[in-house]
Amino acid sequence: MLSVTDLHARYGRIPILNGIRLEVAAGEFVGVLGHNGMGKTTLLKALMGFVPAQRGRILFDGVDVTHEPPYARARRGLGYVPQGREIFPGLSVRDNLRMGFVGRGTEERVDAILQMFPRLIPLLDRRGGTLSGGEQQLLAIARCLAGHPKVILFDEPTEGIQPSIIEELVAVLRRLHRTEALTIVLVEQNLEFIAELAQRVLLIQKGAILRELEPEELRQAGVLSEFVGV
Amino acid sequence: MSGRRWWKGSILTTAAMVLIALGVPQVVDQFGLLQLTVFAAMCILALSLGFVWGYGGILCFGQSAFFGLGAYTYAVTAINLGESTVATLLALVVPAVFAALLGYFMFYGRLSDVYLGVITLSVTLIFFNLMNSTAGDAYRVGKARLNGFNGMPSLPTLNVPGDPGRLLDPAETFYLVMACLVIVYVGLHVLLASHFGRVVVAIRENEARCELLGYDVRLHKLLVFTIGGGIAGLAGCLFANWGAFVSPNVFSLTMTSQIIIWVIVGGLGTLLGPIIGCLIMQYLATALGTQQLANTSLVFGVIFLAFVLLVPRGIVPSLRRLALRA
Ligand SMILES: Nc1ncnc2c1ncn2[C@@H]1O[C@H](COP(=O)(O)OP(=O)(O)OP(=O)(O)O)[C@@H](O)[C@H]1O
Ligand SMILES: [Mg+2]
Repeated sequence: MLSVTDLHARYGRIPILNGIRLEVAAGEFVGVLGHNGMGKTTLLKALMGFVPAQRGRILFDGVDVTHEPPYARARRGLGYVPQGREIFPGLSVRDNLRMGFVGRGTEERVDAILQMFPRLIPLLDRRGGTLSGGEQQLLAIARCLAGHPKVILFDEPTEGIQPSIIEELVAVLRRLHRTEALTIVLVEQNLEFIAELAQRVLLIQKGAILRELEPEELRQAGVLSEFVGV
Repeated sequence: MSGRRWWKGSILTTAAMVLIALGVPQVVDQFGLLQLTVFAAMCILALSLGFVWGYGGILCFGQSAFFGLGAYTYAVTAINLGESTVATLLALVVPAVFAALLGYFMFYGRLSDVYLGVITLSVTLIFFNLMNSTAGDAYRVGKARLNGFNGMPSLPTLNVPGDPGRLLDPAETFYLVMACLVIVYVGLHVLLASHFGRVVVAIRENEARCELLGYDVRLHKLLVFTIGGGIAGLAGCLFANWGAFVSPNVFSLTMTSQIIIWVIVGGLGTLLGPIIGCLIMQYLATALGTQQLANTSLVFGVIFLAFVLLVPRGIVPSLRRLALRA
């Protein structure tokens, strides 16, 4: 579904990604784990085309998208829920959802998505900016779904979110993966969260994939201190 | 965008405009009618910038370029054809096409906002200088002499389509200009309530986010800019008609800064705001002009500063907030 080879990217003259290799099969749930500043967000931005690839190739659904602009990739079904959520604070919750349409969506899609996020229903007419962090995160996920993505890239969805909503997020992501059969790439620092959801976990360090782990290995203290320093 | 209050407000405004359009010619004299005609034409110009800047987030310091282009296009075409219908259409199309070309260069060149301001302003001033230097018999387009800084007098005014001999009288012209104003106002409302409008506002809020959701940001901006150019051109055509005259002043710094002041005073991010701002400032300009009490530019400058510092949201959004609180 997503196949990345030798991906290099930089900000100005500072190299951030140094030859990322990543294969994600259709229907897979892959976790990416790494410290602050190791290039997790940059990796997702490069996959979306927001940071240009200096070298390497990105295949999405069999098509080379390495040099496509972000909007074209999104239209192919590459969904992205960014770090910090980035909903539209001035638009109503409903209009935020509609913004996810991109040609394909309809009002029925909004209703279908709301079934999955009942917490958003009473908030539909509120401005996005007045929602709590957790509600905004749910909204960002719901908005992404409105565009019928095939793959969703999540960037630290648990960051700054209270535990009760994190449980809800686990349930939502599990459902997206199992029931909706979506392919998911989840970037996280929250070990428990990633261990609970991902089928396999990649460790990223200094812009390269260092190692691949089974989720069970995350629960072994030794592995963690070695690579993540927790 | 699609709240009930929003629709209610716009329906009320439309109704008020229709009432004014129908009622005013019954109660004011010829002079007042002419005055209101030019006010209404300027309101259309104000709406064009209110749309491009207030909703599209495109800081255009040169809206008068399209206004002036519309005015000159009308003048040249009407003189050559001796008929106003084609001239009016061209006065819409030429500025829109020019806006599309300029916009393509700016948006697809990924220029930053500050440069947008600088470039649009420069374009206006280039037009100003260009038209000023067209004095002399050599500068003519077909039958039309451009006349440099003296401007082009005695333009053929609007006629009934298909009947060049039947000119519109002042009351009919007023009706027409008001109809244009209502159509532009309602049209922009409908556009903003559509999915396209939602995307335009979302782009103003967060460009990168829209791109990542799958929207071609540059194309949307280009469309907004082009529509704004066409509307400004229409205003220019109506303005040229009103005085049967056009001069390079339509491109002047005074003209372009006035439009910005209207929008600031009335309120960014609304459609009613630019109309109100334009009416107030135009009324003031006329009153100051006839009484010669103070320098108009000076007063405008002071008002502009006062609004930027004290009422940065502008009149309409501030009143709305007060009304919501009450
Ligand atoms: N726009 C930018 N310009 C220059 N350097 C940047 C930019 N964005 C990020 N960086 C740098 O690139 C490196 C990787 O950043 P990135 O955001 O990908 O890290 P991350 O793994 O997502 O971190 P976090 O866990 O804090 O979100 C960091 O050293 C960061 O300082
Ligand atoms: Mg990050």
